[in-house]
Amino acid sequence: MNTAYGLAAIGLICLVTLAIGAFGLKLSRTTSDFYVAGRTVTPYRNASAIGGEYLSAASFLGIAGLVYTNGLDMLWFPVGYTVGYVVLLVLVAAPLRRSGAYTLPDFAEARLESTTIRRLCSVLVVGIGWLYLLPQLQGAGLALTSVTGAPSWVGGLVVAVVVVANVAAGGMRSITLVQAVQYWIKLTAIAAPAFVLLAVWFHDGAPGPASARDSGWVEPLGGLAGQGHPVYATYSLLLALALGTMGLPHVLVRFYTNPDGRAARRTTLTVVALLGAFYLFPPLYGVLGRVYLPELPVGVAADTLVLQLPGAMLPDHLGEVLSAVLAGGAFAAFLSTASGLTMSVAGVIDQDLLRRRLGRVTGGDFTVVQGFRIATVLGVVVPYAASRLIEPVGLATMVSLAFAVAASTFCPLLVLGSWWRGLSTVGAAAGLVVGGGLAASAVAATVLAGPIPGWPGALLGQPAAWSIPLAFATAVVVSLATPGRIPLHTARTMVRLHTPEDLVLDRD
Amino acid sequence: MTSTRRDATTRHGARPLTREIDEQSNLGEVYMSGLMSAQLRLAAMVLAFGAVGLGGLPLLFLLVPATRSLEIGRVPLPWLILAVVVYPVALVVARYYVRQSERIEAEFSAVVARREP
Repeated sequence: MNTAYGLAAIGLICLVTLAIGAFGLKLSRTTSDFYVAGRTVTPYRNASAIGGEYLSAASFLGIAGLVYTNGLDMLWFPVGYTVGYVVLLVLVAAPLRRSGAYTLPDFAEARLESTTIRRLCSVLVVGIGWLYLLPQLQGAGLALTSVTGAPSWVGGLVVAVVVVANVAAGGMRSITLVQAVQYWIKLTAIAAPAFVLLAVWFHDGAPGPASARDSGWVEPLGGLAGQGHPVYATYSLLLALALGTMGLPHVLVRFYTNPDGRAARRTTLTVVALLGAFYLFPPLYGVLGRVYLPELPVGVAADTLVLQLPGAMLPDHLGEVLSAVLAGGAFAAFLSTASGLTMSVAGVIDQDLLRRRLGRVTGGDFTVVQGFRIATVLGVVVPYAASRLIEPVGLATMVSLAFAVAASTFCPLLVLGSWWRGLSTVGAAAGLVVGGGLAASAVAATVLAGPIPGWPGALLGQPAAWSIPLAFATAVVVSLATPGRIPLHTARTMVRLHTPEDLVLDRD
Repeated sequence: MTSTRRDATTRHGARPLTREIDEQSNLGEVYMSGLMSAQLRLAAMVLAFGAVGLGGLPLLFLLVPATRSLEIGRVPLPWLILAVVVYPVALVVARYYVRQSERIEAEFSAVVARREP
């Protein structure tokens, strides 16, 4: 791969990101602007921003690598990532927007009228956000190493620095614009090379994958990433992705920038279209990789297949240019997802964990924006340090674990909170603790203990199928046992969550 | 007097439904639970469709092994479904949901507003 081209593409993406951020900075004048873009973002731009933020390293590089290595079963990843937005649309899109909540802890506090739940949610948001930031930073390291041969800590550091500069300086307005542009950069960067590579493939007589007779690769139920019990693993993964999307910390923030519940639904609909368009492409790279690169060179991670493929198919100038385009797109993916996550993690650290302490230390002698900037740095430094300490377990595996934790905690909270008047404060807290505890233990076992054989490995590697039902059951049973702890204003809150905004009603 | 006295008309007519809802009277609660259960039924229907359509696939592949290697043209059926067909179907389902839920809300608004002064 041509190092100069790759570096130029990555540098260009970083510069464009910073430039748009700076442009947005001029627009964001008041504190309210700084946080929520003044709520003037149109559904179409908002949907692009959600797409830009959501398509992460796991989508841009991870899916192709997984399909290349493990075949058909890996297509459940992009399917699940997309279906997650359909589930979100159907169950919580409008109520979330109408709740007026900006973060998940805001929603929890507004609905359950308890600061204990709020704090619990804050801890979970930070935990899930860091879990999700980890593979972004690791992916950046992989990509930069693949392009330039630089040590793997450099890529993560570049992403961390650009993200901090952007988030701390511009806030939400610039981030919304940056994210919207990033979606189109990413789609172009993955689609254009794919068309060229497809043309080359047709020109070569459309040869089938060398492993077409390897039924474990080409047929379903071959086992997810080498784990046993493929049927269980498939269902559990699908559940985690479908129900986890609504609980990702950087998703809800985007709903606040919709003007009303109706716009929130339409935004989500557009997101489904944008994601579907993008996910047509990554599997193509995995399949073409099987045709042209039956063996990866030693020491090359499957996660960098997307970057290797053009060079293998077009051993000339064009291949190098395409590789550079893809490297740029991959960096756009790291930057946008990491920015969105950092934005929401920093928001929560700032509001719920830092502000009061900072006020006490400085005697109130700091501005709100300064506090947010400190929180931003904190939000990135911790996962960066962790990404240096923890052995990579694969981008998509790591991301699916973050989904499993989100699905076991925030999914019950949001779904029961939006639709069930009987949810009590104690029930909600118990559900969060049980779901979060179980899923987090499974994640810790999977990441720290290495491969575990047999059923225990399958159950711990894909915890969603048992941890989500247990979390729901705990919340419901404990709520039924503590009817006295149902929040006082539940009926009023339900009016706010479900009535269309054109009716003049008392919503406070 | 330069404008109509809106409170004068309400005094004679029925109480506005928005007030029933605001005061959480029995009537207001009936309308609220009607709205919520209509929306929830719609959501359940869409989710059930997805659970059967998508969730049925692994089961189909498990129980009817012939479907695992079935080919349409040169493309194996499971690849065609999971890599391409799923996405337009998801979009159509989502679009159906958005339209239906907006219709439910429009009807709710119309009913409630009909008894506005």
